[in-house]
Amino acid sequence: MEREIKILSPCGMLGYGFPASSFLNGIKEQPHGIVVDAGSTDAGPHKLGAGVSIVSRRATKKDLEIILTNGVPRKIPIIIGSAGGAGARQHVEWTIEIIEEILKENNLNVKMAVIWADISRDSVIKANLQGKVNPLSPNIKPLTKRIIEETNGIVAQMGHEPILEALEQGADIIVCGRAYDPSPFAAIGIFHKKDPGLSYHLGKILECGALCAEPGTTKDSILGIIKDDSFTVKSLNPIRTCTQISVAAHTFYEKEHPFILHGPGFTLDLSECEFKELGEGEVQVSNSKYIPNEKYLIKLEGAREVAYRTFVMAGIRDPILLENLEEIEERVEAQVREYYQEIPSEDYHINFYNYGMNAVLGSKETEIFSGHEVGVLLEVIGKNQELANSICSTARSTFLHFGHEKRKSTAGNLAFPFAPSDIEFGPVYEFSVYHLMEIDDNPFDIEYR
Amino acid sequence: MATLFEMAKVLRSKNSGPFELTLDVLFDSHEKFQKVRDSGKLTVQTICNLYNISEKEVRHIVFFEPALGVKITILRDVSSGSVGDRDVYGAQQHAPLMNVIIE
Repeated sequence: MEREIKILSPCGMLGYGFPASSFLNGIKEQPHGIVVDAGSTDAGPHKLGAGVSIVSRRATKKDLEIILTNGVPRKIPIIIGSAGGAGARQHVEWTIEIIEEILKENNLNVKMAVIWADISRDSVIKANLQGKVNPLSPNIKPLTKRIIEETNGIVAQMGHEPILEALEQGADIIVCGRAYDPSPFAAIGIFHKKDPGLSYHLGKILECGALCAEPGTTKDSILGIIKDDSFTVKSLNPIRTCTQISVAAHTFYEKEHPFILHGPGFTLDLSECEFKELGEGEVQVSNSKYIPNEKYLIKLEGAREVAYRTFVMAGIRDPILLENLEEIEERVEAQVREYYQEIPSEDYHINFYNYGMNAVLGSKETEIFSGHEVGVLLEVIGKNQELANSICSTARSTFLHFGHEKRKSTAGNLAFPFAPSDIEFGPVYEFSVYHLMEIDDNPFDIEYR
Repeated sequence: MATLFEMAKVLRSKNSGPFELTLDVLFDSHEKFQKVRDSGKLTVQTICNLYNISEKEVRHIVFFEPALGVKITILRDVSSGSVGDRDVYGAQQHAPLMNVIIE
């Protein structure tokens, strides 16, 4: 009989939470690995730039506690991908500290492998000079030495190779820095000599937790089973089920192309895939193809600080003001700029986002506004925090008391929900590095503890 | 008359990395999938008009029969979470696509 390899994915993001009952149903299946993704670029460049997480330490510990106290005593390898949100050194260390706390509290001893994904600025500068670093899409600037030097913590997405090595060394827990999301899952299948195409395609599905089920969610557990010529997925919560369409549709999710996926060192071709319902909510997938690339390219990610922000949120209910809102906002800005004539105009930007009108789509909004209330987000971007604060304060008071024509509500234009009204946001970052780099040797160091 | 929103089971937008936005439209039957595919209404030009972008900013429009869906990937004007971005996850940029009339 063919050997089945089972992988338990507790949730789509470590710290998002999952029902313990679903996870324990997964444990009953005696999985060969528990793998959880902990990072993404989705939440923007701030995590990487500032070295912080977007999930709380409390939630991360709560999720890890159930994973570790069930997995470690059963000797099930546990892999955490893109630890701490962005997988840079600070993020990995933050995760390790939580893990060590849980191990200590529960008297557990493990062999831990840590795989670092930080790439030194010098090696990127060198590769860039050799023409080995290229933008991922035409709207990304080519790298310069200056951009690289201004970037905090460059990381690269690892493939399965270093994770496979840690599994071969008998690690019980593997904490990965930034990883290509499916790689930590694929490593389990490949470790057990399963097909890499099936292993990666399954990883692509499992990394989002139960999002491939119906109803889909990242906050629930899912089980993947790799066989010789196919894999299957099934929900571990009786309220969800996997269907042919829900699983096939998930292959689409957050990727630029529906059936060609680019990973570290390979291309995954899903054009010939077959999706088949086996009954009882289990879906079988076959014909996922792993094609090694001639050149081994890794994806670099890095963020740099570009400005500082201060903002204020206010509601507007007055019909006369709403009728002329955008024009009045322009006049508010003009008055602020006139007041601060001594400050170079390019040192700051004033932006109005009119929620209820067109804040989400901006100039792409086609619906005509017909509401009775708008939430205004007044944002000031400045080259330093003091400037952003000062401009925001003046813009807020100017807007509050702005005497527009036909006005009847002469006591004030804005309803502030909070006091104080202005929020000092801190630095704003951008993804300054999002490039492919050609490598000859594996740059991901493994450390055992 | 049916709009794309009425015919779709899923109609969504999301980042595909911080510099691209991907729009997925999924159907619950072959019939609907084929009707939309063969209608010729989802073209590069349609997307350019809806999203106010040029042809070279449309990366792909790909119909994928096994998943009964079409994927459209475009370049973002502003990268995710940087100054001027309005939608960090790109999760609410599907609205312009909803009202395309298919039949």
